[in-house]
Amino acid sequence: MELFLQFCINGLMLGMMYALVAVGFTLFFGVLDVIVFSHGDTVMIGAFGGLSMYWWLGAVYPGLSLTWTVLWVFLAAALAVTVVGTLVARFLIMPLRKAPPLNTLLATMMLGTVLREAIRLFFPDGSNPKPFPHLLPEWSWQSGSLTLRFDNALLFLSGAVMIVLVHLLITRTRLGMAIRAVAQDEEAAQLMGVNFTMIVLATFALGSVVAAFAGVMNGLYYNEINFGMGLLLGAIGFSAAVIGGLGNIYGAILGGFIFAFLQTLGAVALPFASAYKDVFAFGSVIALMAVRPTGLIAEPSSQRV
Amino acid sequence: MRHHPSRDLIIPGPAGCVLMATALLAWSILFLKAEEQIPILVYMISGSLLVLVAALSDLHKSISATISSNESSWDKCMTLTLLALILIFHDDHYTLFLLGTIMVYATAVLGLNVQLGYTGVINFSAASFFGIGSYTAAMSSAAGLPSLPALLLGGIVAALVGCVLLLPVLRTSGHYAALVTMAFALLFRVFLEVNEWFGGPQGIAVAPLTLFGLDFSQDMQLWGIEFSFYVKYDLACLLLLVLAFGFVRRLERSWLGLSMDAVRCDETAGACFGVDIARWKITAFTVGNLLSGLAGALYAMMLAYISPANFAFPDSLLFLSILLLGGMGNNWGVILATVFVVVIPEKFQVIQEYRYLIYAALVLFMILYRPMGLLPRKARNYGRLS
Repeated sequence: MELFLQFCINGLMLGMMYALVAVGFTLFFGVLDVIVFSHGDTVMIGAFGGLSMYWWLGAVYPGLSLTWTVLWVFLAAALAVTVVGTLVARFLIMPLRKAPPLNTLLATMMLGTVLREAIRLFFPDGSNPKPFPHLLPEWSWQSGSLTLRFDNALLFLSGAVMIVLVHLLITRTRLGMAIRAVAQDEEAAQLMGVNFTMIVLATFALGSVVAAFAGVMNGLYYNEINFGMGLLLGAIGFSAAVIGGLGNIYGAILGGFIFAFLQTLGAVALPFASAYKDVFAFGSVIALMAVRPTGLIAEPSSQRV
Repeated sequence: MRHHPSRDLIIPGPAGCVLMATALLAWSILFLKAEEQIPILVYMISGSLLVLVAALSDLHKSISATISSNESSWDKCMTLTLLALILIFHDDHYTLFLLGTIMVYATAVLGLNVQLGYTGVINFSAASFFGIGSYTAAMSSAAGLPSLPALLLGGIVAALVGCVLLLPVLRTSGHYAALVTMAFALLFRVFLEVNEWFGGPQGIAVAPLTLFGLDFSQDMQLWGIEFSFYVKYDLACLLLLVLAFGFVRRLERSWLGLSMDAVRCDETAGACFGVDIARWKITAFTVGNLLSGLAGALYAMMLAYISPANFAFPDSLLFLSILLLGGMGNNWGVILATVFVVVIPEKFQVIQEYRYLIYAALVLFMILYRPMGLLPRKARNYGRLS
């Protein structure tokens, strides 16, 4: 029972991370009808941005309190990723809007390779995994073999808060209304006075901030980051967004948790070695696509995001 | 009245083909023989300048007119050029291996071309099917199967495994179909790495090709000349490439290719005119995987040792990039782009480390500024029928 609970907790953590990545995929698909496959690598850039900030703080303000360090790390990650994300949107995604979907997908995959290789080659000692600092207090609550770590709970809660904030932003603010308008019908939105370019860039900035959060969260959770982590994260985020139903935020969140559930299930509950968990999870995604080709929450033609 | 390009031909008929092939051969020999970085760079730049001049002037029109009006002589010239290269570098293991790799990759990408270029079936796991061919050849020859059946089995198993993906691929479209094949590519690599039976992450040794008692892994001496064992493999690769090329081109020009074009261009319109969409997608997907698998099996035998890292998702992306770089649907484009993508990083040791960065950036620019590729596919020509 305790073991079961432990796996549930780990699965929920993973699910939250995947959901945060998937939300980005689905937001971009909503406004521009493109899959930005480099989003996973954007997450990686966020983690590396946060790490650089940590190093810099350590060199310049050695005695800074943990709270401020964490805030600055998040801020640096968010800033780095937002700059990358909006530049990509402006100079790669928007010019390719009229291109066939395959070209856009391939272009963003290539962009992901460029980002990955750039970090590997140009970040100091970038080809080796980097230890990510423990920045959260390491209290934990133990009951038998069950360990509930305070830092993980904090990460999970802040991830949930992040999702709620995105939800509120999309449903309750003028900016959110404009994003939904563009997602629904770009031309009509423009006729109503929505600045299309600004809204697209704002959406990419929003998705990027969420990605930066996911990146730092990933680093804090595993205490290690490497240049290649974005590829799998991106593939998982994309899978999550697709099995949930592209263009639907709730679908993306659902998809993220489903993928984490599949991985956990593959790791513990099935009669083969836990190393097969990714094989099982991706196999299930393929099977799910055969059964529900448009995702669990199908993309309605008139409404997205 | 439309000016017919063959009127102002500078280079006449079959002789022109021979002339161009000889020039190409001479340049390739110089380029492949060069070992210092400076001469390589000089040949490279002079070659690109020549191509640029041809592209900017009207020369490229007469070249392509010569090629398309003397197709069979051009095909023969190209085959002979490759054959000549193999014989000229008969004792140079490294160059021969490079040539073999080019031919094998080109065969696999021709398979991808049938899927994506002709029919528009998205496949992000081309390297996985290539890998299935490789691993099938390794396992079946380890189990005692003779080489030739093992080679064929590689293609057949790749096609059969592809059938598992058929249902989700047929039911989905666009991004959703991309996801299915991508998930398969990721799954395949992880599966190979964790499965002990397939050698795990270290990989597995492959028995060499043996045909009619001729062991392909031994160097040999003929008329007092030393021949590298790669000569035999290269000849096998050349045979496979020529067969695949001929097959793919026949396919393109037949009514089958026409139906595939209809599926790619407009599924709805095609279906209205009685084209069975599912049938052609299945055909293209299976034929493409068969070719990839065959190429993979031969590659495994030539390499003698394979590991999961050879067939990862970035390799599938590499295959796709070759297709896109060469020009979707154009078979000569596939071969040209394969040569670029395989040879350039091998010859420029300086950029070896940066090669993925450079590929990726190059393909990005291609997609942004020349989405049709180096040699865009031409519209069908029915001129000679009338």
